[in-house]
Amino acid sequence: MTNEIKSVNGTGIPLMLDDIDTDRIIPARYLRCVTFDGLGDYAFEDDRQQDPRHPFNQSEFRGASVLVAGRNFGCGSSREHAPQSLMRWGIKAVIAESFAEIFFGNCCSLGVAAVTASRDDLDRLAAAVEAAPPLNIVVCLESLTATAGDLSLSVEMPSSAREALVSGEWDYLGQLLSASCAIREHITTVPYLNAFSA
Amino acid sequence: MSDRRNLFNKVWNLHDVRTLPNDQTQLFIGLHLIHEVTSPQAFEILRDRNLKVAYPNQTVATVDHIVPTSDQSRPFQDGLAEKMMSAIERNCDEFGVKLLNLKDGRQGIVHVVGPEQGLTQPGMTIVCGDSHTSTHGAFGAIAIGIGTSNVAQVLATQTMFLSRPKVRRVVVNGNLAPGVYAKDVILYIIQKLGVQGGVGYAYEYAGTTFDAMSMEERMTVCNMSIEGGARCGYINPDEKTVEYLRGRPSVPTGDEFERAAAWWLTLASGDDAEFDDQVVYNAADIEPTVTWGITPAQSVGVSQPLPNVADCDAGEQTLIKEALDFMGLAEGEPVKGTPIDVAFIGSCTNSRMSDLREAARIVEGHKVADSVKAIVVPGSQLVRQQAMQEGLHEVFETAGFEWREAGCSMCLAMNPDKLQGREVCASSSNRNFKGRQGSPTGRTLLMSPAMVAAAAIEGRVADIREFAGATV
Ligand code: SF4
Repeated sequence: MTNEIKSVNGTGIPLMLDDIDTDRIIPARYLRCVTFDGLGDYAFEDDRQQDPRHPFNQSEFRGASVLVAGRNFGCGSSREHAPQSLMRWGIKAVIAESFAEIFFGNCCSLGVAAVTASRDDLDRLAAAVEAAPPLNIVVCLESLTATAGDLSLSVEMPSSAREALVSGEWDYLGQLLSASCAIREHITTVPYLNAFSA
Repeated sequence: MSDRRNLFNKVWNLHDVRTLPNDQTQLFIGLHLIHEVTSPQAFEILRDRNLKVAYPNQTVATVDHIVPTSDQSRPFQDGLAEKMMSAIERNCDEFGVKLLNLKDGRQGIVHVVGPEQGLTQPGMTIVCGDSHTSTHGAFGAIAIGIGTSNVAQVLATQTMFLSRPKVRRVVVNGNLAPGVYAKDVILYIIQKLGVQGGVGYAYEYAGTTFDAMSMEERMTVCNMSIEGGARCGYINPDEKTVEYLRGRPSVPTGDEFERAAAWWLTLASGDDAEFDDQVVYNAADIEPTVTWGITPAQSVGVSQPLPNVADCDAGEQTLIKEALDFMGLAEGEPVKGTPIDVAFIGSCTNSRMSDLREAARIVEGHKVADSVKAIVVPGSQLVRQQAMQEGLHEVFETAGFEWREAGCSMCLAMNPDKLQGREVCASSSNRNFKGRQGSPTGRTLLMSPAMVAAAAIEGRVADIREFAGATV
């Protein structure tokens, strides 16, 4: 089985708002569940109800897999339900000006490519997606570029996260487990697990 | 030579199992707190992969997010909530994890219960599938919120991968004026540094203002670190930390306690400790603070007007307009006097004894305005019991507040406590996001519990410093 994610290739959907929190991505009432199945139907549910023109309501963006977003995307609650719902809606990559940390970490765990780009580039990309949907975007994690038509922008991603996706080693659980002996040894050095005499 | 590492780096190094070539640290986690909302899928991952909980004694569970705060009889009326309850009961049973359940007497909001039980201690690494895990940093721990995949990783290995953040020292010096609380301090800091100012940082809160705070006040401050983008915020342990923990159930006793206390105090950042960044504020500049928008940084001192859009940074104007529209507030108007429909005292930010005592002191002898529905939701069963011993529930009920069972309640409205339609809520919680309190169009004004109490009585946002009868 190979899980290498070297690039994401799909149509774009623009959402150039700042400080989009995870309560907006998936309202809390949809967290009353014991699996993540079905969450894709409720991505941005409340925003969509209040705004018929919300991009996630528009048929020309249906089937999109690259979300183009603003600053501090995914802030607030740690709920992994947020990237899970985006992923299950179809999103495979998010290009934003910046991400909140927990959201970014959750994307890494799920193999969703979360990359950043400059505001100017994002504004241009979003405008292009809006002008002529469906517009195909290729996010390449090897060259760290995003291209759409004749637009090409450079994107960034912390190297640890990028390498994990490109090499297919984003099953962090497997890697953590491989150190189980070191963990057992480490415990003997932690004062509060050794009656404060370690 | 003195140790110039700050507390964060000392504690991090102590838990570093290994650092990978890509700079990710596999960090050992001393305490893992879990609750019913972000854990069921994690246990499913363990089942799928045929894994056990590696160190079950390092994990403690409670239930808080979905529990009803009025009728708690089982099965819950909400079938989905009942299903989540059954799931955590079954998971804890099957995997050998201690669960502080509803009938236990120690149940409550996970971030209230951890410190109360003495599970939270200085020098630990603490994680929970909840962003307000930063609360536990008040004890000088590295405490961070994680997602559900991480919960599975920590259950299975007691470790997770993290990149070491930078550390910013946030200094506040001086005495808080009467009517200004820990909540106002952290709202002020977030207003100054912005909701993403802390991304990539841990915050060390230092200075005489924090030195003077009680442990409960320190928890209020650290709790909202994440609202400023910092995944972790902490305060150096001192004698108050030690005295708070002495005698708590999960804390050692006798000689072992003395050894623990001595070690805890060595962890504090020294006077010459190094930081990646520092900001300094003056307590005298902070007044009772109220949010008016849809992010916790959109706040003003209660005597101040809302911003004028044209005066704001060009890059902020869209967001400010979006917020004013959603809130139905006009630019340049005073925040004081904004009518409210609901008053909520509770949440992991402000639901502890000192919060309830202060709010009760304000409401005593007054009546909640006719137009306002007011509820008090204690942070834990133990807080609730203590408050009732002190007769606080009678003070609240006489004034017209409802007195509820412990839980998260209207902080995120996953249980039956929800705003209706466009109701405006004066809330002691931590998030004013669109729809946060259960109605997609509901509106939240964050403030201290004392300010919520005053707003409940006046029926509108009031300045606690002018509030009739309150000697602040
Ligand atoms: S009280 Fe609110 S913020 Fe705190 S844990 Fe519960 S839902 Fe989260």
